[in-house]
Amino acid sequence: MATAGQFTQLPRIRRIEMREIVKRFPGVLANSKVNFDINAGEVHALLGENGAGKSTLMRQLYGLYRPDEGQILIDGQAVEFHSPADAIRAGIGMIHQHFMLVPTLTVAQNVALGLKSSREPLLDLDRVSARISELSQAYGLKVDPSAYIWQLSVGEQQRVEIIKALYRGASVIILDEPTAVLTPQEVNDLFATLKRMVGEGHGLVFISHKLHEVMEISDRVTVLRDGQTIGVRRTKEVTRDELVKMMVGREVKPLSPQPAKVGAVRLEVKDLHAMGDRGTEMLRGVNLQVHAGEIVGVAGVSGNGQRELAECLTGLRKATHGQILINGEDMTHAPLLKRMAAGQAYIPEERMRDGAIREFSVQENLFLRDHSAPQYRRGVFLDFSRMAARTRQMVDEFNVKTPRLDTPLKNLSGGNIQKLILARELSRKPMVLIAAQPTRGVDIGATEYIHKRLLEQRAAGTAILLISEDLDEIRTLSDRIAVMYEGRITGIVERDQATVEQIGLMMAGISKEEALQHHSAAEHS
Amino acid sequence: MTEILSAAVIVGILTSAIRLATPYLFASIGEAFAQTSGVLNLGVDGIMLMGAFSAFYVTLHTGNVWLGALAAMAVGLLMGLLMSLISVTFKAEQGISGIGLYMFGLGLSSLLFKVLVGTVYTISGFPVVKIPFLSQIPYIGQIFFQHSLPVYAAFLLVPLAWWLLDKTTWGLKIKSVGQNPAAADSLGVNVDRVRYFSVCLGAVLAGLAGASLSTALVNLFQENLTAGLGFIAVALVYFGGWRPLGILTGALLFSVVNAFQLWLQVLGVNIQSDVAVMLPYLLTIAVLAFSMNRVRQPAALNKPFERGEN
Ligand SMILES: Nc1ncnc2c1ncn2[C@@H]1O[C@H](COP(=O)(O)OP(=O)(O)OP(=O)(O)O)[C@@H](O)[C@H]1O
Ligand SMILES: [Mg+2]
Repeated sequence: MATAGQFTQLPRIRRIEMREIVKRFPGVLANSKVNFDINAGEVHALLGENGAGKSTLMRQLYGLYRPDEGQILIDGQAVEFHSPADAIRAGIGMIHQHFMLVPTLTVAQNVALGLKSSREPLLDLDRVSARISELSQAYGLKVDPSAYIWQLSVGEQQRVEIIKALYRGASVIILDEPTAVLTPQEVNDLFATLKRMVGEGHGLVFISHKLHEVMEISDRVTVLRDGQTIGVRRTKEVTRDELVKMMVGREVKPLSPQPAKVGAVRLEVKDLHAMGDRGTEMLRGVNLQVHAGEIVGVAGVSGNGQRELAECLTGLRKATHGQILINGEDMTHAPLLKRMAAGQAYIPEERMRDGAIREFSVQENLFLRDHSAPQYRRGVFLDFSRMAARTRQMVDEFNVKTPRLDTPLKNLSGGNIQKLILARELSRKPMVLIAAQPTRGVDIGATEYIHKRLLEQRAAGTAILLISEDLDEIRTLSDRIAVMYEGRITGIVERDQATVEQIGLMMAGISKEEALQHHSAAEHS
Repeated sequence: MTEILSAAVIVGILTSAIRLATPYLFASIGEAFAQTSGVLNLGVDGIMLMGAFSAFYVTLHTGNVWLGALAAMAVGLLMGLLMSLISVTFKAEQGISGIGLYMFGLGLSSLLFKVLVGTVYTISGFPVVKIPFLSQIPYIGQIFFQHSLPVYAAFLLVPLAWWLLDKTTWGLKIKSVGQNPAAADSLGVNVDRVRYFSVCLGAVLAGLAGASLSTALVNLFQENLTAGLGFIAVALVYFGGWRPLGILTGALLFSVVNAFQLWLQVLGVNIQSDVAVMLPYLLTIAVLAFSMNRVRQPAALNKPFERGEN
C-alpha cells in the first residue's frame, strides 16, 4: 500500500512563527500584534469569537493578504508571500471556510489546476487521477477523481480540498472551520484523516467554534479576542470552561429553560409533500404541530428533507400536496408577503443567499423588509434619519459588531451577519418563527445570545420551529424533538424522554419504539 | 424559378456559406476565449474594423497580404491590451468598456480611412488555393477545398480552440478563472494574467477576422465595413454554449442563411432585399431566445475579480 510520505517532495517545514502581526481593514483592526506558531507533527487550534481575526491571520500565512506589520518565519528564515503561489511553494496549504472549488470541473481537474503537468502544455489527468487515488488510500479520503464537483456532497468536497493541499506537498495545512458543515459521522472521518496526517509529520492549524472538537483533536490552543492574542495553552492542561472564559471574557453557563407555557396551535403542517432540487420527492408526508410558547426542534441527518421543509414553510418551495396552516388559516400556497402579514418570520440556513444582500450596507439589510412601513416614510421618500436611529438601536441591542452602519455586509464576520438577521426578524415580534441552523458557524458567546433570544421569544408566546443538525442545540432548546428521516417525521419525543444516543438511532431510521427500547436494554445489561 | 433548386445553385450557396463563415469563426472563437475567462468583450466589432482597415492599408501599400494580416494582429493585440487594462486592471463595467471600445474602433477606422485612403479601392487579396486531389471531388471539392488560406485557417481554428480549452493546462486555467476566480487564485493561478491572455488572444483573432473580411472576402475597405458583424459573433458564442463545436454550428447556420438570401437577390427572386437581409438576424434572435445555454455560462462572466472577499 502506498505510504503518504512518498508524496512530499518539498522540504519539510519544522516550524512556522508569525510574530507581532498587524492587519488593518477600513475601520477595523483585525489583527493587532498577534503571535502564533506551529510545529511539525502537532495540531494547533485557533479559537476566538466571530470577527476575532482568525481567518484574517491565516489568510496572511497563505499569502492572500499581506501583513501591515510583523514577520513570518519558516524554520527561522523570514519570508514574504505576495500571493498564494508563494505560500504553496513554501509548503503551506489552506482549506478555506468557504470551499474554493470549480463546480463545473471534475475532481481531477480541480486538483490539477495551476500545477505544472508532466506533459506540458497537455494536461495529464490520468496521472493526476492515479495520484489522487494513492493519496486517498494513504489518508482515507474516499473520492472519485472523475466525478464533477457539483455532484459531490459537502463532505466529499472537503476531502477534495484536503487532497488538493496534500497533492501540492503541503507540509503545514490550515483548516478554517472544516467541521462547520459536516455531519457528526463526517467529523469522525475527518479526524481520523487529520490524525494520520499528524502522524506523517504534518503541522495542522485547526479553527472551530466547537470546543469539544478542539479538546479532542488539538495539542495546543491559541485564543484570539478582538484581534489580540489572549494566550496559548497546552490542550491537556486547560479545561473547556477556561477556554470559554479566555474567548468570551466571561463565563458562559449552560441554559436551563423554564417549562413551557403552551398555548393554542399556531403552526400546523398536514401531510406535506414536495420535490427536491434534483427532481426526487424530498418531503413525503410531513405532519407537525407547533403551539404558541413552545419550541419544536427538528433533528435529522442533513439531506433528509429539513431544508425543503423550511423552504415550503416560507413559500420558497412549492408544496405538491398537503397543507400548511398558520393560526388555522391555509397558507400552503400563500405568497411570502401574506405569510409575513400573518406573523411569520424566518431565519434562513443559507443566510448569504436567502437572508441578506452582500453588497448592501448593514442599515439597508436591516430594512430589507420594513422599508415601506409608514413610520420610515416621508411621502414617497425614505426617512433616513429615523432609519439610522432605529438601526443604531438594533445593532446595539443585538450586539452586532460593525465599524459603521453603512459598512457593506460582506465585510462583517459570519456570526455578526447572523445576529443582524436575527435582529431584523425578531424585531417584528413574530407569532411563528422558523429558525434553520440559526447558530451554524457562530461563536459560543453569540450562540448563547441567540439561544437566549429564542427562549425569550418562546416566553413571549411565539411558536418556534427550530431546524438544526446540532443535536446539543436541539436538546438544549426544544420542548419537543421531531426526528426527520427520508422526508417524514418518524417520531416525536419530549425533551427528557430520550438520550442523545436514542435520538441518534432515530435519525438513522430506527423507529421510536425500538430506539427507546434500546435505552432500557442498555441499562439492564 | 426551377434554377433555385438546381445542383449548381446549391453548390454555389454552400460554397459562399463556407467563405462567409470565416470572419464569424475567427471573431466568435476569439470571443469565446475572452468570455470563458470571465470577460465579456463587446468591442469585437470595433477591433474587427481596425483589423480590417490595417490589413487593407498595409496590403494596399506593400502588396503583401501576409504583412497585412500581421498588421491586423498587431492592432488587435493593442486593442486587446486596452480592453484588458480597462476591464481587468481597472475593473470597469465590462459591457460599457466593450461598447466604448467598439465606438473607438468604428470612429478611428473611419477617420484613418478618410485621411489616409479617401476612396474605395479594391486590392488583390489572398489568392484561392486549391487543395490537390481533394478539390477535384465533384461538388465537395468546390464547396470545401477551393478557398483562400484564411478560410481554411478559420476552420482549423475550431479543433485548435477545442484542444486548447479542453486538453491543455492553459485551457483549464482559463475555464476556472471564468467559473470561480477565487478558487483559481487560492491555488496560485494569476487571475489577471490569465484574463489578459484570453482577452488579448480573442482580440488578435478579432483583428484577423477583420483582415479576412478586407483581404480575403471582399478585398476592399469602406467605412463600417463590418456592419455589426462583430455583435453577431458575440451572439454566436452564447448560441454555441461557449464551445468551439457549438460556435461552428452557429456560424455555419448563420452563413448558410446569409448565403441563401444573397443568392435569392442574385437570382432576382422577387422579395424585398431588406427583408432578405434581415433573415439571418431574425434567425439569430430566434435561436438565442430558444437555446437554453445559460447553464454553461461562465459563472464569473462580467464580474471583475478582487482578492480577499469572503
Ligand atoms: N476583506 C475585508 N474587508 C474589511 N474588513 C474585513 C475583511 N475581512 C475581514 N474583515 C473584518 O476583520 C475582522 C476579522 O474578521 P475574520 O474574518 O478574520 O474573523 P474570524 O475570526 O475568522 O470570524 P468567524 O469566526 O466569523 O469566521 C472582522 O471584524 C471583519 O469584519
Ligand atoms: Mg473566519
